[in-house]
Amino acid sequence: MEETIHHHIGDDLLMGYSAGTLPEAFSLMVAAHLSLCDTCRAAVAAYDAVGGALIEDDGVEMTEGSIEHALARIELASAPEPVPERKRCAVLPAPLADYVGGDLASVKWRPVGMGVRQAILPTSGKATARLLYIPAGASVPDHGHGGRELTMVLQGAFSDEIASFARGDVETADESIVHTPIADVGADCICLAVTDAPLRFRSLIPRLIQPFLKI
Amino acid sequence: MGKEEATPDAGEWVRLMLRIRDERDRAAFAALFRHFAPRVKGFLMKSGADAALAEECAQDVMTTLWNKAHLFDPSRASVATWIFTIARNRRIDLLRRDRRPEPEDLPWGPEAEPDQEDALALQQESERLRAALKALPEAQRELIERAYWGDVSHSEIAAETGLPLGTIKSRIRLALDRLRHAMK
Ligand SMILES: [Zn+2]
Ligand SMILES: [Zn+2]
Repeated sequence: MEETIHHHIGDDLLMGYSAGTLPEAFSLMVAAHLSLCDTCRAAVAAYDAVGGALIEDDGVEMTEGSIEHALARIELASAPEPVPERKRCAVLPAPLADYVGGDLASVKWRPVGMGVRQAILPTSGKATARLLYIPAGASVPDHGHGGRELTMVLQGAFSDEIASFARGDVETADESIVHTPIADVGADCICLAVTDAPLRFRSLIPRLIQPFLKI
Repeated sequence: MGKEEATPDAGEWVRLMLRIRDERDRAAFAALFRHFAPRVKGFLMKSGADAALAEECAQDVMTTLWNKAHLFDPSRASVATWIFTIARNRRIDLLRRDRRPEPEDLPWGPEAEPDQEDALALQQESERLRAALKALPEAQRELIERAYWGDVSHSEIAAETGLPLGTIKSRIRLALDRLRHAMK
């Protein structure tokens, strides 16, 4: 497990993941981060334990005969289900590989301008998950945040006005944050980005940031 | 809830679980069912399922417990916690029709035979956590419960209770701090 992660996911999201109340895209972000981060994984285990303690408290009586019904059902149950083998990929943690349906080569990228590509992942509901591919030294096209945005680095690294982020690090941004993430020059940067309001790429026309990037 | 019986401790649930895992013991299953099925049903009803759906779902959860007993690891979770995670996943399936992405290296994956002492320590911790939750001030405890039961966001709770969002968040934070402190 990497000890090199400096930017984690907030407690409210970790608790929401444990409670099972997050939009699917945010659950995907948490699952992907937990795949790389022991610290947050331990926190989620603790939140699961809170759920266990709460469920212990009181119940609602089952109907007559429910136990016989259950015993009949397990009678029919076959051998223990094997755990399905998950795809392995050096860049994509298993939950992301599940959504992509393979490794990095299976990602269907679409250009969003200035060399940056994205692939929207199929999640339901109120939030969107996308993979972003930012060529080394390039910048994410100028975009506004309509809500909360979490960005986790999967390959390479990026920096913005707030900090530097490497593999496993998660940046949390919201309406109040204006930033220009720029991929480090060493390697192309691949990120998972999750938003609960549409990302607004302002323009596909190269903007004034580009000239500064090729130094 | 049915016949009066002394409440077994977390260690007893583990012993029953291991009898299911190792011997496919139906009596052990029945004992776990009597205790946990009503609790799972209650949990699902608090999450918005009607009684019939919650009952059906509790049946599913307990069947899953039987089918996946080989994945239970007492050094990683109490039986109650394990059942909670199964019930939660079932609820996401059923009430929200969402997928539930799980991290790599499934937390409950089969591993080297779990350490007996770790398992014991974990069961003791889970009992302390229960006591600590019970000892929380009512207002804090209620917010924690709602965060787990409901499909309601903090802002929905805010709208409903008239409490400012900041108050709700800080109460939850306070409650979690108290729990952490109690677990030291
Ligand atoms: Zn983390
Ligand atoms: Zn952003």
